[in-house]
Amino acid sequence: MAEFNVDPFADLYARRAVGMSASEVRALFSVASRPDVVSLAGGMPFVQALPTEHVIEIVESVLTERADVALQYGAGQGSPLLRERLAMLMAEETTPADPEDLVVTTGAQQALDLIGKVLIDPGDLIAVEAPAYVGALSAFSAYEPRFLQIDLDEDGMVVEQLEEALLRGERPKFVYTVPNFHNPAGVTMSTSRREALVTLCREAHIPIVEDNPYGLLRFEGEAEPTLRSLDPHNVIYLGTVSKVFAPGVRVGWAVAEPGVLGRLVLAKEAADLCGSQLNMLITERYFAGERWRRNLQHLVDIYRSRRDAMLFALSERFPADARWTTPAGGFYVWVTLPEYFDTQALLAAAVERKVAYVPGTAFYPDGRGRQQMRLSFCYPPEDRIGEGVRRLGELLSDEEELYRSLSG
Amino acid sequence: MTTVAVLAGGRSPERDVSLRSGHRVASALQSRGRDTVLIDPAEGPFVENVSTARVSACYVALHGKDGEDGTVQRLLELLGIAYTGTGPRSCQLAFDKILAKETMDAHGVPTPPWTAIQATALRDLAAGPALGAAVERIGLPLVVKPSRAGSAMGLSFVDHERDLPHAVMNALSFADAAVIERRVDGPEVAVGMIGGTSEPLPLVEVVPKSGVFDYAARYTPGATEYFAPARLSPDVAAASQAAAAEAFEVLGLRDVGRADVMIDGDGRPWVIDVNVSPGMTDTSLLPMAAQAAGIGFEDLCDRVLRLALARQPNPDPVPPKGL
Repeated sequence: MAEFNVDPFADLYARRAVGMSASEVRALFSVASRPDVVSLAGGMPFVQALPTEHVIEIVESVLTERADVALQYGAGQGSPLLRERLAMLMAEETTPADPEDLVVTTGAQQALDLIGKVLIDPGDLIAVEAPAYVGALSAFSAYEPRFLQIDLDEDGMVVEQLEEALLRGERPKFVYTVPNFHNPAGVTMSTSRREALVTLCREAHIPIVEDNPYGLLRFEGEAEPTLRSLDPHNVIYLGTVSKVFAPGVRVGWAVAEPGVLGRLVLAKEAADLCGSQLNMLITERYFAGERWRRNLQHLVDIYRSRRDAMLFALSERFPADARWTTPAGGFYVWVTLPEYFDTQALLAAAVERKVAYVPGTAFYPDGRGRQQMRLSFCYPPEDRIGEGVRRLGELLSDEEELYRSLSG
Repeated sequence: MTTVAVLAGGRSPERDVSLRSGHRVASALQSRGRDTVLIDPAEGPFVENVSTARVSACYVALHGKDGEDGTVQRLLELLGIAYTGTGPRSCQLAFDKILAKETMDAHGVPTPPWTAIQATALRDLAAGPALGAAVERIGLPLVVKPSRAGSAMGLSFVDHERDLPHAVMNALSFADAAVIERRVDGPEVAVGMIGGTSEPLPLVEVVPKSGVFDYAARYTPGATEYFAPARLSPDVAAASQAAAAEAFEVLGLRDVGRADVMIDGDGRPWVIDVNVSPGMTDTSLLPMAAQAAGIGFEDLCDRVLRLALARQPNPDPVPPKGL
């Protein structure tokens, strides 16, 4: 008898790595990335809308004029000029930020990891939205927290639920939220909820992590105040240029009070010494001057039109008893189907019909979400969105027939 | 020099698995000095790519539909290109679990009691209420799986009748029919075949740490323990090999294959699945069986390829004299 040791390290993995396994859904996405499949799954920004020559000019000028800096290591916190530019982006949403309180990270995703590293001990309770951004759940999970899930409605996080949990004696280490154009739910937290949340958390001495990747992608209506602008001392703010410029430069940031910031910078240096100087210089120049504003407006117009195409197609093609959110910005529509649908099981059939979405289960740490799906409107053009929703609608109607028969 | 095309990828849900199989096979054949090119039928025009590469044989490392159901095999027959593995008709037979189980039943190969239901019957013939009869006839617990899929995709276990409709809908996401089969509890073993059934390979016993040999258990290294030879009595092992060999014979497998066999409490083997294009990844069972028999991975791939080349009337075309 011989035991086959497929992975000689199998017994050595840390607890946090045990859950990292192959998955059927991931395998299906590998087929879904084929060009004949309409992908309403990924959240890829439509970078084709960027003025290519302008970006090339910037890259050339950076390498011509600043190669000595661009190709070298740099400060862990990020260069002062870039930090000023990023603080300026925050000022666009009337959020005060001192560039000294800002650390540049490799996308906001790294900031999530650093926050986990600095704040989470195994077993700590973290309050997240239900559903929650899957990337935050993965980043935090590496530090082995427990999740306290707070429901969302059309006005964002149901703060009363958090309050009840605190009254029950729950003590989350921090509250993580995406208040604007939520990923995956598409909803935006109302002003009154924002005020209630910052007050509740300040009084309970629980910091808020505000993740705001989509705030500048507003299609209509007045901007809500950021949580950070309501309570700078108790809110750690995360930003990124991924959605307003390009995810390929991997530039994000965190703003926090000096104590937290100092630790985030040290954690950042321990993780990767410093970000890419080349990418940071490119980003710094992209946001110099006024041209980026025109580009951003162009992007917002494109995304608004795609959102409209998706909402129209949903109203035409989806079952009458399906419900979905109406995002005022961002990338995503969150669909809730009647309870007999299982979006995870259905993904294979969807891919077979050449359309893909993300099953709701990805966004809950506890296995919920089988009736939900996230649809992205950011990448495919309007006609492809229409076609994708049509294919999904047909699938759902066939599936409904099956269910009617099976339930006799 | 003859060029061998390793066919991998495709559009089935097992695309990823197939690419991993294909890359390993290609590098094994290269190490044996074979001129090898990897062709993904889902990338670009397949027939054109195969003819441009002027291949003398194809190594089929595709899994799932198109690659395992006879589609590619029939096309290669049409093109007159030699290929590894089973011919089109037997592929169709083995890949479709309904046809495979009917064939095994007809020839007395032990396969667990089963029935099946088609999506069209549910939709057009209001067949839902018939599921109750399935439970009555076969008894619980059940395994429900798509009639045409691999890697345990779309498979669910049903302990209570109330869970059956959901399991059937789940399976029907992957295929147009669901197979409902009695669940056999006991050790699971894989029986490999290389060349033919006369020299059986050692059995590989599969012990998933989660208790279920699902997609994650199959493709996450370390999630499953494998024992080769299996920890079975010589009688049970021999009976399993015999049952698998019968399955290979009656379904008409050629060159290579793998049967998945469950052993019940009385030591009786039940063939639950037969694969014409077994996985060749780093966690796949056929390469483990081969290794337990002293056949390394390169050897395994080369042997299978030689079988295909031997079927070719003129494997190394020589220009006619006088030209």
